[in-house]
Amino acid sequence: MNAISPAGVSAAAFLNRYAGGEGNATRAQAADLLRKAGLPRAGVEAWKYTSLRTLADIAFAGAPAQADAAAVDALLAEAVRAYALDAGLPRAVMVNGCFAPDLSRLPDGVSVTRFAAGADLVPHDDVASALNALLAEDGLTLIVAAGVDAGRMALLSVVVAPDGVVLSVHPRHRIVLGAGARLSVLDLSVGRGDYLNNPVLDVAVAEGGHLIHAKLQTEDPVARHLAVVHAEVAGDASYDSFTLTLGAALARHEVHARLAAEGGIVHVNGAQLLDGRQVADLTSVITHAAPSCNSRQTVKNVLAGHARGVFQGKILVERVAQKTDGYQMNQALLLSDTAEIDAKPELEIYADDVRCSHGATVGALDAEQLFYLRSRGVAGDEARAILVKAFLHDAVELMGDEALREVLNRAVETWWNRKDA
Amino acid sequence: MPAIAETRDAVETLGQSTYKWGFETEIEMDMAPKGLTEDTIRLISHRKQEPEWLLEWRLKAFQAWQAMTEPTWAKVSHPPIDFQDAHYYAAPKKKPGPKSLEEVDPELLRTYEKLGIPLHEQAMLAGVELPEGETARPPVAVDAVFDSVSVVTTFRETLAKAGVIFCPISEAVREHPELVRRYLGSVVPVADNFYAALNSAVFTDGSFVYVPKGVRCPMELSTYFRINARNTGQFERTLIVVEDGASVSYLEGCTAPMRDENQLHAAVVELVAMEDSSIKYSTVQNWYPGDEQGRGGIYNFVTKRGACRGDRSKISWTQVETGSAITWKYPSCILQGDGAVGEFYSVAVTNNHQQADTGTKMIHLGRNTRSTIIAKTISAGHSDSTYRGLVRMMPKAAGARNFTQCDSLLIGDQCGAHTVPYIESRNLSAKIEHEATTSKISEDQLFYCRQRGLSEEDAVGLIVNGFCKDVLKELPMEFAVEAQKLLQISLEGSVG
Repeated sequence: MNAISPAGVSAAAFLNRYAGGEGNATRAQAADLLRKAGLPRAGVEAWKYTSLRTLADIAFAGAPAQADAAAVDALLAEAVRAYALDAGLPRAVMVNGCFAPDLSRLPDGVSVTRFAAGADLVPHDDVASALNALLAEDGLTLIVAAGVDAGRMALLSVVVAPDGVVLSVHPRHRIVLGAGARLSVLDLSVGRGDYLNNPVLDVAVAEGGHLIHAKLQTEDPVARHLAVVHAEVAGDASYDSFTLTLGAALARHEVHARLAAEGGIVHVNGAQLLDGRQVADLTSVITHAAPSCNSRQTVKNVLAGHARGVFQGKILVERVAQKTDGYQMNQALLLSDTAEIDAKPELEIYADDVRCSHGATVGALDAEQLFYLRSRGVAGDEARAILVKAFLHDAVELMGDEALREVLNRAVETWWNRKDA
Repeated sequence: MPAIAETRDAVETLGQSTYKWGFETEIEMDMAPKGLTEDTIRLISHRKQEPEWLLEWRLKAFQAWQAMTEPTWAKVSHPPIDFQDAHYYAAPKKKPGPKSLEEVDPELLRTYEKLGIPLHEQAMLAGVELPEGETARPPVAVDAVFDSVSVVTTFRETLAKAGVIFCPISEAVREHPELVRRYLGSVVPVADNFYAALNSAVFTDGSFVYVPKGVRCPMELSTYFRINARNTGQFERTLIVVEDGASVSYLEGCTAPMRDENQLHAAVVELVAMEDSSIKYSTVQNWYPGDEQGRGGIYNFVTKRGACRGDRSKISWTQVETGSAITWKYPSCILQGDGAVGEFYSVAVTNNHQQADTGTKMIHLGRNTRSTIIAKTISAGHSDSTYRGLVRMMPKAAGARNFTQCDSLLIGDQCGAHTVPYIESRNLSAKIEHEATTSKISEDQLFYCRQRGLSEEDAVGLIVNGFCKDVLKELPMEFAVEAQKLLQISLEGSVG
């Protein structure tokens, strides 16, 4: 049966690849969800500004066993060079959605195991997670034992689509930090050709643990990127994330973070720098499910060409979550007449003793600031560069890990220089 | 009617005596049979002696409505509404359109007297026979709408001298068909949304205002809506057209009896502002909110929209929302003319089990258009209150500006306050600023007031009034006083 429900568009391309229940309840449930709801179109509130209509007509193929090794090496080398990654930085590399042990250098202090469908498929009810649950074949579970500071590592995703084939890869990762454990992860994705990258990451940080997640998305300009992070943060623990979106024709980074016990901290910061006809969406739901937690969010969009940036950020404060401190700021800078920003910052609050606020601004570069710089001899292009970087600086500097902040800064620099070219 | 007496007693014992407007008027009514079909619409149209074009217009809306489903995106919940289980026409049994107060049913007059609505021009003008302690007020022209029908419109002659038309819309259809036909549905099209389509199909009365070129309306205009009959919905339609360089200030008030059933109120208000004109539309919405257990109350599902058609035109919405079991209302401005200005000032108070999902839309089409949104939300008891607003800058809105501020105040830990703004910009030079906060009443402020001898309730009232000051100061004098009192009453029993 290939029913197209009025709620969405067909997800047939994906369902066709799904063999059936295979005894896995989460997969069967995901298939059911996609069969019923289909792929969301713009009329569905959670997908109001981003339609997955374009995914409906493509017969996505699963990833081939062997990817073009030369292309993979070239992409990796390019990433290391462009972002000046430390040669000694431990890394786990995924090629076309599968773990590549030969290219990886696993860190000490982190237990790395490969995906096992039964154990690692945590059920979620959003469409992008369901798509992943249905088709995930590989992924990594990173576990840091209690009290261990595992330092810094990179999780690199490389996708190389053979000519004339549209691939879809659905890696499924988990990061689990024990009590008091610490880890910084650079989550970098690169690729070549036409494909859909649909990674899902489940994060659990136990009491007093501290995870830094710096994501840098630089997919191929024609690719699609559909990522979801589900983070569960225990008491006095923190999940500190920054997502820099530069690549893909259509991208969505969705975060569901839940503050489960007192004293938890969540940062969901990000920046989207877009040009051409790119569409990128940063959607987050931060749930305060316990008292005295703290969430911070600063999101910036810099939009050139015909690009469209989307920000949907919800802070949900449950009845028990008294003494919540929530803050959200999203700002967009339009660099062209044809760029568009759609933002929906949302507060849903059921507890009274809280301090929650959000702010949003949209505008162009300030003519007075430009004039100020130019009157002091700074040329037009350079003046614009200074102002755009200053605009992004507020957000990028929030990244807690200094080395990873440098990587993000370099990525911003690279984007700006390439854009001007 | 024992049921009514029972309800009233029940309500009384619950301590819900604070809704002063909950009495019922015994009056003979002319009602359409229950249910909604094409025949109902033909009957309404026939009773109102409407021209053929209007009947067709209604039927078109009805067809569209039948194909539509109720919107579910708002953050409100209620049992499904049976649209066939209501009367769609209810009018006091009397000759249609009384010419003077003498012809109006004295029972009706007493009702308005009880409500404190001035229908006697003489007394008002002379400023005589004022109750003790009341000072003379500036004259206000009133159109009183009782259930579906306009019962009286005051000061019509004075207004006519200035060239201003202020009359029931049913009369305007007969007397000024060219104006009504030109503008009716031009801002809110018949199939705009579920409740607007329903209204377009069955609307029975409402007010019509036309202010000709260059005329500044000599007095405030006001419509007072009263739902009285049982099992009826109220569907009024207001149309205000202000020509080049003209201006008007319009007030709207509303109340309903206390009943343990829910009644539907689905109104449509259309405003049209031409070049250099301005419309100020103020509402104090005080429909019966239901009792402390959330029984009864009005479902207030209203579509209000203004079009700033001309350059430098201005539409300003001010609303104080304290009533209704459920409010679903987004007074909007379409800023078409260059330099047009849209404003939205709102205070929404919910208590007990009330639900409110309200806000505005500012659609910027013209160059250098400006909009300001100030929304204050106060939730108490078990209520839920949502601000939902849209600011959209279209590609041609060069130099457009928006400033939005939404503040929510939570009183008690069983209520909810939500903010859902939508911000969309497609113009480089348009600027949008939005800020929102949610907090509870500051302990420091409360302590300060208590220390100076104010009771907790008075202190909360004072703080809430301060919280709402930015909005209340936009209201015309008379309404501001009423609104302040209403805030206090609405929040009674929510602290301590």
